[in-house]
Amino acid sequence: MKELLITGGRLIDPASGVDALRDVLVRDGKIAAIEKPGGFAALAKTLPKQFQIDATGCIVAPGFIDVHVHLREPGQTHKETIATGTAAAVVGGFTTVVAMPNTTPVNDSAESLAWMLDTARGSAVNLLAMPAATAGSMGERVTDFAALVNAGAVGFTDDGKPVLEDEIMRAALISAARLGVPVSQHAEDTRLTGGCSMNAGPVAFRLGLRGMTVEAESRIVERDIRLLEEIERAEGLRPHLHVQHVSTARALAAIKSAKARGLHVTCEAAPHHFTLTEDAIGEYNTNAKMNPPLRAEADRRALVAALLDGTVDCIATDHAPHASHEKEVEFERAPNGITGLETALGLALRVLHKDSGLPVSRVIELMSARPASIIGLKDRGAIIVGAMADVTVFDAGAEWQFRARDSRSMSKNTPFDGAAMLGQVKATVCAGRIVYRR
Amino acid sequence: MAAFSTAYHPGSLLSVEHLSIADVGQILAATAELESMDVAARAKVLERRTLALLFYESSTRTRTSFELAAKSLGATTTLVSDKSSSIEKGESLKDTGLTLRALGAEAIVLRHPASGAPELLARVTGLPVLNAGDGMHQHPTQALLDLRTILLRLGLNAATATAQTLRGITIVITGDIRHSRVARSNAMLLPRLGAKVILCGPEELLPQEAAELLAGVELPANAGVEIARDLDAALERADVAMMLRIQKERLLGTALDLGEYVKRYQLSQARLGRYPKLLVMHPGPIIRGLEIAGEVADSPQSAIEEQVAHGLAVRRAVLVRALGARA
Repeated sequence: MKELLITGGRLIDPASGVDALRDVLVRDGKIAAIEKPGGFAALAKTLPKQFQIDATGCIVAPGFIDVHVHLREPGQTHKETIATGTAAAVVGGFTTVVAMPNTTPVNDSAESLAWMLDTARGSAVNLLAMPAATAGSMGERVTDFAALVNAGAVGFTDDGKPVLEDEIMRAALISAARLGVPVSQHAEDTRLTGGCSMNAGPVAFRLGLRGMTVEAESRIVERDIRLLEEIERAEGLRPHLHVQHVSTARALAAIKSAKARGLHVTCEAAPHHFTLTEDAIGEYNTNAKMNPPLRAEADRRALVAALLDGTVDCIATDHAPHASHEKEVEFERAPNGITGLETALGLALRVLHKDSGLPVSRVIELMSARPASIIGLKDRGAIIVGAMADVTVFDAGAEWQFRARDSRSMSKNTPFDGAAMLGQVKATVCAGRIVYRR
Repeated sequence: MAAFSTAYHPGSLLSVEHLSIADVGQILAATAELESMDVAARAKVLERRTLALLFYESSTRTRTSFELAAKSLGATTTLVSDKSSSIEKGESLKDTGLTLRALGAEAIVLRHPASGAPELLARVTGLPVLNAGDGMHQHPTQALLDLRTILLRLGLNAATATAQTLRGITIVITGDIRHSRVARSNAMLLPRLGAKVILCGPEELLPQEAAELLAGVELPANAGVEIARDLDAALERADVAMMLRIQKERLLGTALDLGEYVKRYQLSQARLGRYPKLLVMHPGPIIRGLEIAGEVADSPQSAIEEQVAHGLAVRRAVLVRALGARA
């Protein structure tokens, strides 16, 4: 019988609506009991200190869930491995991450999925994956969704290579709907973005870079929503579209309207999109290059507003490590993406809570209960008796500076080196084990 | 990667944005001074100094001009082009720059098809880098030589610069502004000296956001960047007409065919005839009969050859500035 005691903290569990000082007892990987402060005083006297977390002054929250990370294994292990990426995840308070399929080879079969999820990979957290929606993410032939769900898939995506063909996307949505999992779409009409490396507009013009228009994102979102409506009407199914890293006011408006019409659409926001604008590119800083690109201030504000009003369902990092030599090249040639697991909470609390007034409990919800529901995790995302003991303890008032060199990720490609953070993880518990403590 | 830095070597010339008006004045003054120097004395200014010319794009006038400028100052130059170097073997810009530095290059002149490549090279080598044209971004020596050409042709003082230097002067830049580093460089430099720059062309080649090139920059009264779609209306106000090369393939997919473009935007003899005082400029390469009539390019109103000559003079000054030498 393995026990772990978390005492003295303020438990905020959005799923059950608890916000109070509570002590939490974990036993055999599950939440065993929740008591008022001092409720486990007798046990605290006998339980060895290494099995106790003093959460005084801290918030005790459900472990964070990131539905969008790139762990680069197999095939790109000079950027990151499952072990190093998840080592960074625990520092950020994440206890569950969902790996994207754009590995080498692409994760598009039950065999590759099983290999990825194998404990031999050394994941420090609950590792889940969304395999490719089409074979090789080539957009031509839908993968075997049933076999993949059977092997553990929590959704499907061709992230980075959006499914452009209407018929293929329709087939993917229908197959996924029958299995009760989402199709997660990187919304970019790549027919409109060839050669583009940042947001279209005056900044791109001044820098002499080709820009991705807002329409390149919103057109795919609007098309996918249209497909949802058609499928609901014609097939009697209720497909679930999850829109990845929404970056424009226009796509958010389409999502908001689709939700109002009762369609099953969810979406995520990345911390860099609600924190930075295209101005962060400065003089060709490739660590501010990602896809979707950093947008204009009006889009950033719209994203913050959509996080406040509930249009955005969750925060996802799009953690995308790249080696320094890959980023230290001409801007147009540099790969897209930045790391994000260790900066998500610090940015969310700073930008959404402190600057924009979003309650801390809502930030937690966006990082735990909501992402859990998007990918259908029933036993995670809440601190209730019987749930998996995934817990994040953080000091919501801690002000600190992120240093890229201190990152546990193998890669240091971040525009947040030296950036101010609010809120710092003190301990991360995954399936009842302390996987991180500072 | 080290933290992102924009602390370039002060001798660098990456973008006109980095030049203060005082810097521009110093470059103009040095240009005039070097121009008036005795040839033999001038040949000692950069004696025993080493300069690399790194060209990832073909170039006639800019490359030759930098090379002749360096040689006339006595510098040793080496030319590296993407066609005949390890660049072909996949060597990165960073490693190419570090190699040139290790070989003794004290400054690098770079032409590159990627916007921002000079900033990267300056960051990774720490050397003075002179931008000889990067993608659609900047071509700062072109703007400086254009400035000198305008000042001399209009009978103004070409050895100094203030926020009033080009007061009341209107320059119309016509053509493929979207893809032009020359247009960006001029539009971002000349208004700071008091000029009005009118960018002219069809929407496809001149997006509306071009009007915001100097957004946030404090400008003298009546100076700035404007957009015009009608060349004739723009020329009514112009002292200078700067024409840009038009590439036929860039018109594909636009609403304009070549004939229509020529009709609306070519600086033709008929148009020139209406403005006998208009100064005609072109950064080259010229496509005669397309953006500019051959007769117009050859007319006394044209300063095209002077531009080339001033290019040599201005590049001497920026080389001396880069290497910290005194004329």
